[in-house]
Amino acid sequence: MSEHYLLRHRSVPHIDRLDVYRSQGGFEAFHKAVTSLKPGEVIEEIKKSGLRGRGGAGFPTGTKWGFLPNTLWPHYVVANADESEPGTFKDHEILESNPFQFLEGLMIAAYAVQAQRAYIYLRGEFWQLAQALDQRIAQLEADGLLGEDIFGTDYSLRLFTHLGAGAYICGEETALLESLEGKLGQPRLRPPFPATAGLYNSPTVINNVETLTNVPLIIGRGADWFRSFGTDKSPGLKIFSLSGCVNRPGNYELPLGCTFRELIYDHGGGIVQDHAIKAIMAAGASSVLIAATPEALETPMDYETTLEKFGAPLGSASIIVLDETVNMAWLAFKTIGFFKHESCGKCTPCREGTFWMNQIATRIMRGKATRADIHLLENVAQQIQGKCLCALGEFSIMAVLSSLKLFAKDFEQLIKVEHDG
Amino acid sequence: MTDKLVHLTIDNIPVSVPPDTLVVDAAKQAGINIPVFCYHPKLHPVGMCRMCLVEIGRPLLDRASGEFVRDADGAPKLQFSPKLETACTTPVTEGMVVITNSQKVADARREVLEFILTSHPLDCPICDKGGECPLQNLTMEHGPGQSRFLFDEKMHLDKHVPLGELIYLDRERCIQCGRCVRFQNEVADDPVIAFSQRGRALEIITQSTPGFDSIFSGNTTDICPVGALTTADFRFAARPWELKAAASICQHCAVGCNIVFNVRREALQGGRMVIKRVMPRQNEQVNEIWICDKGRFAYHYVESPQRLTQPMIRKDGALIEAEWDEALDLVAKKLTAYGASLVTLAGGRLSNEDLFNLYSLTHTQGGQAVLYSYMAGGDLTAQVGIPPQTDLGKLGAGCVILVIACDLHEEAPLWWLRIKAAAQRGASLIVLNPRTTRLDRYARHVIRYEYGAELAALSAFQPQSRGDLPEPVRSAVKTFQEAENVIILYGSEGLGLQESKALAHACAGLLIKTYHIGRSNNGLVAAWHNANLQGAWDMGFSPINNLAETLSKAGVTYVVATDPAGDDPQLAEALQHSGFLVVQDILMTETVKMADVFLPAQAYMERGGSYTSGERRLQRFYPAVPPPGNTLPDFAITARISQRLGRTAEEQSPARILLQIAATNPAYAEMDYQLLAQVHEQQPLMGRHDLYYGGTTYENRQGLGAHLSTAASRVEPLNIPDAPPPPVFPVQEGLLTVVPTTRLYDRGSLLIHSNLLHQRLAHPTLTMHPKTAEAYQLSRGQTAVMLLEKTPYRVEIDLDEDLPHGIALLPRSVGIPLNAPQAVKLRPES
Repeated sequence: MSEHYLLRHRSVPHIDRLDVYRSQGGFEAFHKAVTSLKPGEVIEEIKKSGLRGRGGAGFPTGTKWGFLPNTLWPHYVVANADESEPGTFKDHEILESNPFQFLEGLMIAAYAVQAQRAYIYLRGEFWQLAQALDQRIAQLEADGLLGEDIFGTDYSLRLFTHLGAGAYICGEETALLESLEGKLGQPRLRPPFPATAGLYNSPTVINNVETLTNVPLIIGRGADWFRSFGTDKSPGLKIFSLSGCVNRPGNYELPLGCTFRELIYDHGGGIVQDHAIKAIMAAGASSVLIAATPEALETPMDYETTLEKFGAPLGSASIIVLDETVNMAWLAFKTIGFFKHESCGKCTPCREGTFWMNQIATRIMRGKATRADIHLLENVAQQIQGKCLCALGEFSIMAVLSSLKLFAKDFEQLIKVEHDG
Repeated sequence: MTDKLVHLTIDNIPVSVPPDTLVVDAAKQAGINIPVFCYHPKLHPVGMCRMCLVEIGRPLLDRASGEFVRDADGAPKLQFSPKLETACTTPVTEGMVVITNSQKVADARREVLEFILTSHPLDCPICDKGGECPLQNLTMEHGPGQSRFLFDEKMHLDKHVPLGELIYLDRERCIQCGRCVRFQNEVADDPVIAFSQRGRALEIITQSTPGFDSIFSGNTTDICPVGALTTADFRFAARPWELKAAASICQHCAVGCNIVFNVRREALQGGRMVIKRVMPRQNEQVNEIWICDKGRFAYHYVESPQRLTQPMIRKDGALIEAEWDEALDLVAKKLTAYGASLVTLAGGRLSNEDLFNLYSLTHTQGGQAVLYSYMAGGDLTAQVGIPPQTDLGKLGAGCVILVIACDLHEEAPLWWLRIKAAAQRGASLIVLNPRTTRLDRYARHVIRYEYGAELAALSAFQPQSRGDLPEPVRSAVKTFQEAENVIILYGSEGLGLQESKALAHACAGLLIKTYHIGRSNNGLVAAWHNANLQGAWDMGFSPINNLAETLSKAGVTYVVATDPAGDDPQLAEALQHSGFLVVQDILMTETVKMADVFLPAQAYMERGGSYTSGERRLQRFYPAVPPPGNTLPDFAITARISQRLGRTAEEQSPARILLQIAATNPAYAEMDYQLLAQVHEQQPLMGRHDLYYGGTTYENRQGLGAHLSTAASRVEPLNIPDAPPPPVFPVQEGLLTVVPTTRLYDRGSLLIHSNLLHQRLAHPTLTMHPKTAEAYQLSRGQTAVMLLEKTPYRVEIDLDEDLPHGIALLPRSVGIPLNAPQAVKLRPES
C-alpha cells in the first residue's frame, strides 16, 4: 500500500497519540508558521498550493483566508466537522484516527487569519469524537501548543468543540454559524458573507476537516510538493469515500484527477456479484447522476471535468456506485425523502417542494402513480430549481431531474396500468 | 453624481432612491408592487418566502477604468444573473435594471404561490383574515387558480393553539414567513416566540411563561400575512368587510397612539353598533404602525353592564333616575347658592373641549379647577416642552435623551419602542432611575440613584457642577454637555405629587440653563399617566397637594371622569364632608354611589374631541359608536349647566370649542379641526390596498394632528415658578418606606373591565430586596398587612435581587392609595 498523507494512520500506527504524532514531525509546521512566518506568508503558501475546499464547493482555500478584512476584529476560524452528506465518511476517519494533523491544520489556519478562538462544529452523532477531541485539545494546552503566548510569541489560541443537534443543514456554513451561536439551524442570507460577517457578526473562515488536514502538509512540505499530486487546477490528494454496489467500499486517498474506473475497479474491487454498473453519484445525495458509460468511467475525478462533461459537480467526492439492480426511481425517492426530512423549512420552494415531491415519489413507489404524476414530479422539481435560499433546496432536485432524464424507463416501470376511458 | 441618489429603472420606469434602498421599496415608490410575504418595511429582510423574485441586470463595470462597459449605441452593457433574485434583500445599485413584469417573473410568482398553497388550508370562508388577507389577494393576482396538489394529501395541523391568552395560532394557516418572530426580536425586544422544528414541521412556539409574554403581542396579528395569528378578542368575531372604521386616539397613556375602532352592527346586541377591534393607524411621528396590547384590548369598558345612562338625583338617601332638566336645574341651583366654593375635580381622560368648558364654568363661578393626578409640571412642558418639527422617530446621533424616574416600558410603551429605536440610530440615551428598567440596555449611560435622590442625581448635569464626579456620572455629564440637542423625559417612578413638581422644575431649569429649549428636538416631556393630562394643564387644571382637605371644605364638588372615593378612603371621607356632590361619569363607581346628582357622560369613542399628547401633539378623535341611552358628551353637560347660570357655552360642536381654545391659549392659536385632519403621504407606504406590504394597519386618512408650540418656541418670556421646597424622603425607624411605581396593566377603572387582560393585571404586591425582606422577617409569597393612614391593606410579598435595599415597591392603582413615597407599618398577616 502506498504512503498515506491524509489518512496517515494507515501508514503510521498510533498517530492519534500526541507523542507519536510529534515524533513524526507533528506540529513542526505549526511551529514554523507561528515562529518564522508572517500570517500573510502562510496565506500566500496556501494560495500557491492551489488547495481547494474539500467540503464540496472546491473554493480556493487561500483566497478564502485572504478575504478577511484586517479592519474588523476579532476573527474566528470554524472547522466544519458536520460531515452529513450521505455517502461521505472521510472526515470521520480523520477525526477518529489522525486527529492531530487536523488540529494542527486548524491551528495554522487560525494563525494565518490571526484568530484567537477557533471552533470545531461536529454533527451531534460525533459526540464520542468530540469527547476525544476535547481530551486532545487539553493535551495540546498542557503541552503549550495552545493557550497564551504560544512558543514564546504573543500569539494566543484556544480551541473549542461544539456539537450540533443532528441537522444536515448545519453543514451549510451559515446555518452552521447560526447553530454555533445557539440558534435554530437555518441558513443566513448572503451577502454578507462569513468572511466579513460570520460568527457573532465577525469575520470568519469556515473550512472542512479534510481541507484543514492538508494544511500542515503544505506548510511543512511546501506548495510545490503538494502540487506534485493531482491536476493543475485541482492539485493535491483527495479522500474518495466509495460506497454502494462495490466489493470494497471505504475511504481511498488518491490524487485528484484519477478516474472513476481506477477508484471503482482498481481500488474498490469492482461491482458486487459482477453486476453491470449503471450509474454513479459523485457527490452523495446531492449528486447529479452520471450514467456509467465506459466513457464516463474514464473521466478524471477533479473539480472541473465531471462538471463540464456531465453537469455533475464532484462535491465532497463521495462516490456512490449503483448497479443494474437499482431502480433509479427508487433512488430519486430515497434522495427526496432525505431532503424532505432535512429541509430546514426557511424558504418556501425547499420546504414545500421537497414535501410535495415526496408525496408524488411515494405514489410512484407504491405503484399508484399515473404518467401525469411523473411529469408533475419533473415539473415540481423544476419549480424548485433556482429559487431557493441556500444550496440544500437546489441539491434536492439533482438526482430527481437527472434520473428522470437518464433513466425515464425506471419510472415508467412503476406507473399503474392506465385504463382507457 | 451630483446628488446622493441611486438611479435605476424598474420596468423601464426611471427611479431615483437613496443608497441602500431595497429593490422592493424602490419599486413601491415607483408605484410598482412586488408581492412579498416575509418582507416587511419595518423589519430586517430575510428573503425566506421567495415571493419577490425578479430579474435584475447590472451594468458591466470595466475593472480597470471603473466605467461602465458600453455597447455600440453607448448604452451600458447589462449582465443579468442566471437566477431570479429576491427584490426584498437586494439593495439598489447605480444603473440597475429591474424587470418585474416578464413571463419569467410571473411564472416564479405563480410557482411560489402554488408551493405555499400546497400546505395552506382552504378555510378562507371562516378565516378572520379573509377579506384582508395578503395571501388571498396575491393568489387572486398572481396565483395558479388551480392546485395540482392532491387535496387528500394535505397535512392537517392544530388550528387552535393558544400562544398566550391573547394570541392564537392556527398552525395550518402559517406560511412560516417569520414576520411575527422578527417583530418580537427586532422591534419589541421580547424574543418570546420562535420557530421550532424544521421543514414542513417548522412551527411558531412560545418560549415564555405566561405564553407570548409581550405587551406588543397584538401587532403580530396585524403583520401576519395570513390568518395564522389572531387575537382572542377578534377571533371569529366578524368579517373584515362588515367593519366600518372610525379614526381615534388611544386614551390609555400620554403617547397618543393613532388608532381605528372597527365597528359593526351586532345582531346579538339588538342591532347596536359595537366595537369589534382596535387597530393601529399609521402615524410615523407618533406610533408608526404599532400599538400596545393595553390600547388594543382595554376598550371593553364601553360595553360594560355597569355603564350608567340616565341622570340620577339623590332622594331620601337613594339615587333615583331623573330627567336631564331636573338634574341640571338642581345642579345650577346649588351652584347659584354655593358657586364660589365650587371645587371641580377632573380626570385626565377628558378631552380638551370637555376640560375647556369645565374650566370656564369653574372659573366664572370663582371655584377651583383641580386635576386628579399625582404628576406635576404641565405648566413647564407648555413653556419648555418639545416644540414643532420634533420627531422622536428621527432622533439620532447628536441628540441626548435623558430619561429620569421613569419605567418607560410600563408608563408609555410606544415611547419605549421609539426611544430604544432612537438609541439604536445613534442618539445618546442617558437613563437615571433608582432600579433596573428595560430601557437600560439601550442606554449609553445608566445612573442609579437612591429613591428620593432624583434631584441630587440630576444636579450633576448642571453646567457649574464639579469636575470630580465619579463614573458613570462623569461620562454621562460629558455626553450631556457635548450634545447638540437634549430632550429630558420624566416619569413617576417612586414620586408623589410634590416630588414630581420638584423634579419637573429641576428638569426645566436644567434645560433652560443649558439652552435646550425652544428649538426642535429639545425640551421637556412628561410621561403622563393619562391620555390628556397635558391638555388638562393647558386648559387651566392642575393638581393640588391637599386634595382631601380641599374637597372636605367645598360647598359644591363637581367630580368628572374620575373616582377619588374608589381610589382612596381618605378622599371618600373628604367627599362625605363636602357639600353638594355632583358626579359626571360613564360607569358606576364608588364616587358615583356618593353623588347627590349623577350626570351620565359619553365614552370618548361615542363622541368627538381632541387630546393633547405628552409630546404636546394635538390630535383629534371621532365618534365610533352611537352613545347609549340618555347620555351626553361631557362638554355638553357642562355647557348646559353654564347656560342655566346665564352664560353662553358651546354644547353642540367640539370643533367650535377648539376655536375658543385657540382664541385664548397661544399654543393652540393656529389649531382647528381641519388642520388636525390634514394628512400627507407617509413612508413607508401602508394601508388598505397595500395589505401585503405593511399588514392590516390602517392608512392615516383622518389626520396626523399638529404639534403645539411652546412659550420658548414662540420666544415669549418664560414664567417659571420659584423652586418648590425639596421634598423630604420619608424614612422612619421601624417603618418600611414604600415607593409607588407605575404599571401598564394596573387595576385602573377602565382596564378592570377587560376580561382579556385580566390575567395580566398587577396585584397588590410589595416587592423588595431579599435582604430587606429578611430585616422585616418577610418571605416571598407571604401575605402581609400594610397600614396606610390607619387603613390596613393586604399585600403579597415578592422578592427581587435587583432592587435597592431598605425600600419596597408597590404598583399604583391596584386598590391601595399609595401615590407618594411613604413610611408604613408592616406586619405579617396573623
